[in-house]
Amino acid sequence: MSISVPAPVRGFFLRHPGLSRALEIVILPFETAGKKLAFGCKMCGQCILHETGMTCPMGCPKTLRNGPCGGVRMNGHCEVVPEMMCVWVKAERRSRWLPWRGAILKIQPGLDWSLSGRSAWINVLSGHHESEAP
Amino acid sequence: MTRLPQPFIVRLDAAFRSGPPVVTCEIAAGDGADPDDVIRRARLVRDHVDAVNVPDNTAGVVHMAAWAASILLAREGVDPIMHLTCRDRNRMALQSDLLGAAALGVRNILCLTGDHMVHGDHPGAKPVFDLDSLQLLGLADVLRHGRYLSGREIKPAPDLFPGATENPFAPPYDFRPLRLQKKVEAGARFIQTQITFNVERFAAFMARVRDLGLDQRVPILAGVAPLRSARAARYMRERVPGMEVPEDIVRRMEQAGSERTRREEEGIRICVETIERLREIRGLAGFHLMPIHWEEAVSEISARARLMPARASLAAVPAIVRDDAADALHNRPREHRA
Repeated sequence: MSISVPAPVRGFFLRHPGLSRALEIVILPFETAGKKLAFGCKMCGQCILHETGMTCPMGCPKTLRNGPCGGVRMNGHCEVVPEMMCVWVKAERRSRWLPWRGAILKIQPGLDWSLSGRSAWINVLSGHHESEAP
Repeated sequence: MTRLPQPFIVRLDAAFRSGPPVVTCEIAAGDGADPDDVIRRARLVRDHVDAVNVPDNTAGVVHMAAWAASILLAREGVDPIMHLTCRDRNRMALQSDLLGAAALGVRNILCLTGDHMVHGDHPGAKPVFDLDSLQLLGLADVLRHGRYLSGREIKPAPDLFPGATENPFAPPYDFRPLRLQKKVEAGARFIQTQITFNVERFAAFMARVRDLGLDQRVPILAGVAPLRSARAARYMRERVPGMEVPEDIVRRMEQAGSERTRREEEGIRICVETIERLREIRGLAGFHLMPIHWEEAVSEISARARLMPARASLAAVPAIVRDDAADALHNRPREHRA
């Protein structure tokens, strides 16, 4: 499952960059605070939480967006931060509870770093979150 | 297009199409700028394997560039498999390295995320990880089809044969076969696995892989390695994340004692037994040896486990005939089977 925004809405936000920028200024503090608190958000600007079992993959020290690396410890903890549970072990477990559990199998493209620090919500509305990278 | 003179006998993809189990081997990358060190290691293994892996700053410890070591191997008549990690390069550097490798005739690229630098010799270095291994596979696939990531055309398209790894021994175990599936879909043309000591877990992994039909889509090589001492076994179990060394293997190594010939003999025996047990698992195309600075053991393991790589069976044939033999292998597609 991927978030799909109706084309007219996307078009509207693309046509009015000033408006989306103004909206972003208002929304950003709330979005940042809320997502940081709830998911440890790193503000990559291209949220895929819903496709990774509501677990932010940017918490991974290697920022892996497509699954766990081969270095996960036997106890499910991270190889880089031994006291932290692997983000992807959590993501895989949580994704089983979601009605759209198959979404974790989607191949996620590389991040567009120019969107980092921006509002993912506005980026979704304007269709910026779907980059062309592999 | 000018091509560099290449003494390659059987290229990896041709070996996969031939009958016998394919055998690959990882050698230690050059420590320093001494080409003789790489060449010596290559000569120890070249007659026993189809292709040789060249690691890219393994475990985050700086070594000679993998492309350079790959060229040294190619000069020795070995088809190199160059490791390419996302740890040290962003997507621009990855593309230029892939093109550079292809220009030099290095077409087998193992696409890896890369070990994190915290365990290496430069823990303070900036981690790049612009792409992950899956996105790198996708990138190699885009290049192979004649495009840059930007969409700009590449003429002619570089000749690349991208591969990937999977570790059946690290959690989440249920997700590993699915991740392999993702990698195959992203463009992996061959798979090499992490070192197998726990054959039961590997068998369970392969059962799921067969259910997904992945063994029919890509050749899968099972990773194996000889242990050199009980200390090495314990080190791997405790210090190398993602490595599973069962208790009975550690115990066997301890029982072999501290005398060098006895413990090394036991290590090779365990490795050969593992290969024999892996042979019973359906869906494997061959084996990937990781002798970890012990390239001398490869010929012994190869002889005892009766590994007959496609290349070794041609070793006795004079050089001029070899090209024809390679062509013959090329034109004789067969199901890959271990």
